[in-house]
Amino acid sequence: MQELLSIKYDVESGDFIRGGEASSSIKKLLQQLGIKADIIKRICVACYEAEMNIVIHSLGGYIEAKIFNNKIEIVAKDKGPGIENIDLAMKEGYSTAPEYAREMGFGGGMGLPNMKKSCDEFYIESKIGEYTEVRMVVYF
Amino acid sequence: MKLGKIKELLEAEVLCNEELLDYEAVSVFACDLMSDVLSLAKKETILLTGLTNIQAVRTAEMLDLRCIIFVRNKRPDESVIELAREKGICVLFTKYTMFTACGILYTNGLKGADMF
Repeated sequence: MQELLSIKYDVESGDFIRGGEASSSIKKLLQQLGIKADIIKRICVACYEAEMNIVIHSLGGYIEAKIFNNKIEIVAKDKGPGIENIDLAMKEGYSTAPEYAREMGFGGGMGLPNMKKSCDEFYIESKIGEYTEVRMVVYF
Repeated sequence: MKLGKIKELLEAEVLCNEELLDYEAVSVFACDLMSDVLSLAKKETILLTGLTNIQAVRTAEMLDLRCIIFVRNKRPDESVIELAREKGICVLFTKYTMFTACGILYTNGLKGADMF
């Protein structure tokens, strides 16, 4: 499997204005590569949710997109509090987001479930007080 | 239903991309929670929301939605309109509250969006 290109974006904690720009750039790139619109949409939903999770829950992190000839792999990794109970965090409607995130339209407890639903492969790993890493794969 | 008709029914003002008024919307999703919006299935859906920040536009962009209607007379900042303009999303705003705006559209034949 050949890796065509790899691109990495830093995501700042608490930046609700620029949050989403990485996902927007990845969308543009996939459109230029001629990937089908419904596939792009699934990738974007997963990527955008992951990006906003970094903005809301962490001390900052990055989104990395690796594009192969048959798939895209997105890694979203942050520094921060980590997730205490991943099974609980995967439950629709469960959220630990602060009030200000809700005011911005987030924190409904649908982020992780949406990511999982949108991808072909979904992996999550977290260490309390250190990091959370989500790896998602969508086939073209 | 064409956006032009929706504009008329909601007595709405167009804030950008007026050329999309011919666009045919098939369903509506009304919500202030962006993650709920992100589980939408169809792109021919329009979004009714009271959330006037830039993330409403980002969410619409990710889903290829072509229209956002801001309810309850909440006019978004110019930066929000500017991003929508750039992304080809028609922005309307109406004086009606969420419930009333939904009621008007539903009574006139528009249905809710499917989730996936």
